Amino acid sequence: MRKSVSLLALVALVATLPVHAGPAEDKGLTIAKEASTRDSGWADNTADLTMLLKNKQGEESRRDMRAKTLEIPDDGDKSLMIFDTPADVKGTALLSFAHKTVDDEQWLYLPALKRVKRIASDNKAGPFMGSEFAYEDITSQEVEKYTYKWLRDEKLGGQDVFVFERYPVDANSGYTRQVVWMDKAAYRIQKIDFYDRKQALLKTLSFKDYKAYGKFWRASDMTMVNHQTDKSTQLVWNAYKFGTGLSARDFDQNALARVR
Amino acid sequence: MRIPFLLAAVLLGSVTPAIADGWSGRTGVEYLHFWSDPIHEGQYSNYLSPFVEPEYNAEWDDGKQQFNFTLFARGDSRDDNHQHVDVRELEYLMVGSNYALRAGVSKVFWGVTEAEHLVDIVNQSDLVENPDGDTKLGQPMLNLTLINGPSTLNLFVLPYFRDRTYPSESGRPRTRLVVDDDLATYEASNGRHHVDFATRWSVSESGLDLGLSYFYGTGRDPRLLPQKIAPGQFVLAPHYELLQQVGLDTSYVDGAMLWKLEAVGREQLGAWYFAMSAGFEYTFSGVFGSSVDIGLLSEYLYDNRGLNATLIVPVPPVKAIGAPPNYFQNDLLFGLRVGFNDVQSTQILMGIIPDLDGQGLIYSLKAERRLGETWKLNLEFRGYVNIPVDDVLYSQRNDDYIRTTLAWYF
Repeated sequence: MRKSVSLLALVALVATLPVHAGPAEDKGLTIAKEASTRDSGWADNTADLTMLLKNKQGEESRRDMRAKTLEIPDDGDKSLMIFDTPADVKGTALLSFAHKTVDDEQWLYLPALKRVKRIASDNKAGPFMGSEFAYEDITSQEVEKYTYKWLRDEKLGGQDVFVFERYPVDANSGYTRQVVWMDKAAYRIQKIDFYDRKQALLKTLSFKDYKAYGKFWRASDMTMVNHQTDKSTQLVWNAYKFGTGLSARDFDQNALARVR
Repeated sequence: MRIPFLLAAVLLGSVTPAIADGWSGRTGVEYLHFWSDPIHEGQYSNYLSPFVEPEYNAEWDDGKQQFNFTLFARGDSRDDNHQHVDVRELEYLMVGSNYALRAGVSKVFWGVTEAEHLVDIVNQSDLVENPDGDTKLGQPMLNLTLINGPSTLNLFVLPYFRDRTYPSESGRPRTRLVVDDDLATYEASNGRHHVDFATRWSVSESGLDLGLSYFYGTGRDPRLLPQKIAPGQFVLAPHYELLQQVGLDTSYVDGAMLWKLEAVGREQLGAWYFAMSAGFEYTFSGVFGSSVDIGLLSEYLYDNRGLNATLIVPVPPVKAIGAPPNYFQNDLLFGLRVGFNDVQSTQILMGIIPDLDGQGLIYSLKAERRLGETWKLNLEFRGYVNIPVDDVLYSQRNDDYIRTTLAWYF
C-alpha cells in the first residue's frame, strides 16, 4: 500500500505518527477487536465499588460508589456513578455517555441544589474524585478510541500474554501511549503502563482477582500506581450483577433527579 | 413519624435491602462576620448560628418507589428570622417505565447560568440563608414526568405558596426598611392557596440541552411596598402578584466550551417584560501539567425594564412603588472557577459583577474543602463596591461579609 511512498517520507511518517498500517498494527487491532467481541452482549450491569486513595505517606481515604452500566451496541456505553461516601458528596451522581468517535458526554448531579450540570467534554485527562484514575481510565474503552501496535508475546505471572501498545486518538488524552498486557486464554487485560505527554512512564494499572459472570470476566481489584508521585488508588469491585434489566430510562437526566 | 407511608417505607425498605436507605445529613455552625460597622439600627457585626439538616431516604419495589424527607433547622440568637425551620423535602416518588409521579414537598431546579437564575421559579428562595437566593424553601407539589425518547415533559401543580424569607430588624444584610412578612398581601384572592401551574419540556441531544417552560401563578419575587405602622415608622410589606412566565434555558457543549442561555418573558399586571442572561464557561483542564482545572466564566445579564427593574425604597413619606426587584438590568459577570481535583475536593468560585450602567460592583468568592472524611469547610466572601445611592443595594453598602461554615456530615 505504501510502496510508492519514498523511504524518507516513510521515515518521517513513522517518526511523527505512532501508527501506520503494518503487520504489528494489524495484529494489535485484531487483538483489541477480539477482546471487544468477547466482552459484548452483557447488556447491563450494576456493581458497588470502593476506592482507596493512598498518598506518599501511606495515609488512606475512602470513597464508596455504586455504578450502573448499560451496553449500547454500535456506540459507547452509558454509565451512572452514584457516590455514597464521603458523606458530603452523598447522592452526587455522574452520568456519562461514551461515544466511539465523537466526544463523550457527561452530566453531574448536585443533590443539594437538585441541579444537573453539563460538564465540558475534554476533561478526560483530569483525575476522577482526586484519585489516580483519570476520567478516561474509567469510561468505556471502545476499540475506536485507540490505534494499536502489537509488540511481543511473553509470559506474565505464569500466563501467556500479548503485549501491545495503544495510542489514544483524542488529542485531549493525557497519554501518548499505553502498553497493555492481555492474557491469551480469555483476552483479559492484566496490566497497563501509561505514558504521559512527555513520553515518561506515569502510571501502572494492575487488574487482579478476575471473576467470571456468565461468560464475562471482571477484575475485582484494579490498582493504579502513580510512579511520579508515589500515590496509588485501589478500586475494589463488589456485588457485580449482570442482565438486571436496566434501560436507557435509567440513564437520563430524570434518573439523576431520583438518585439517592 | 406518624405518617403511615413513612412507616410503610421503613417496613418495606427492610424487606428489600435497598441502597443508601436510612438517615443521613449534616450539622454544623455558621459564623457570619462583617468588617464594617452596621448602617441600620439593631444590626450586629457578627452572627453565630448552629444548624442541622437531617435526611431520611427509603427506596423499595426495586427502586420504583421512594420516600424522601429532609428537614432544615437553624438557630440564631441575633436574627429571629434567620432562626427557622423548613421542611425541604417530604415526598413520595413513583417511577414507571415512561413516567414518574412525585407528590409532597420537594425541590426542582431549572436553569444553566450562574449569576442569576431567571427561569428557576418552582421553589421560593430562602433569602435569610443567603442573599444570593440559591437556597430554596420546600414547595408542596404534584409533579408528573412524562418521558418520550430524549424528551421529557414535566407538569407541576403547586397548591400552596411559600412566602420569601427576609432578615429581621437585627439581620444583616437587609434593606433599610425591614420587610414584615406578616403584612404580606397577594393579588390572588385566595392568597397562598392559589393553585399555581408549571410545565417544562426538555430535550437532550448531542451536546445540546434545551428546556422550554411556562409558569402561571403567584410570582416568587414580591414588590416591597413601604407601609406606615406607627407615626414616622415604616416597614416594607411584600405584595405577591400573579405572574405568567415563558422561559427558555439551554446549554451547548463543544469540547472545553459550554455555552449558556436563559431567557424569560414575564407578564405582570398586564404588561410583559423580558430578561435574559447569556454567557459561557471555558474550562482549561490540567493547567501547567497539574491536575488543577480552571474555568473562565462570563455572563451578560439584561432586563428590559432597565432601572425600573430595581426596587427603589423611597424615603418616607412614601408614594413610589417599585417593581419586584431585579439587581441585574445591564450587568456583566466575570468568574473564575478553580477545581483542584485533590483528595479533599477543594474548589473555589470567584465572581465580579460590574453594573454597566453605573460604577457599582458586586464581588463574591466561594471556597470549599473537605476536612478528613466527614467534615467540610465552606468560606464565602461577598462585597459591594461603589454602590450608588439610587441602587437597591445601597442599603447594603457596608455589608461586605465573610461567612465560614463548618459542617459535620453523618
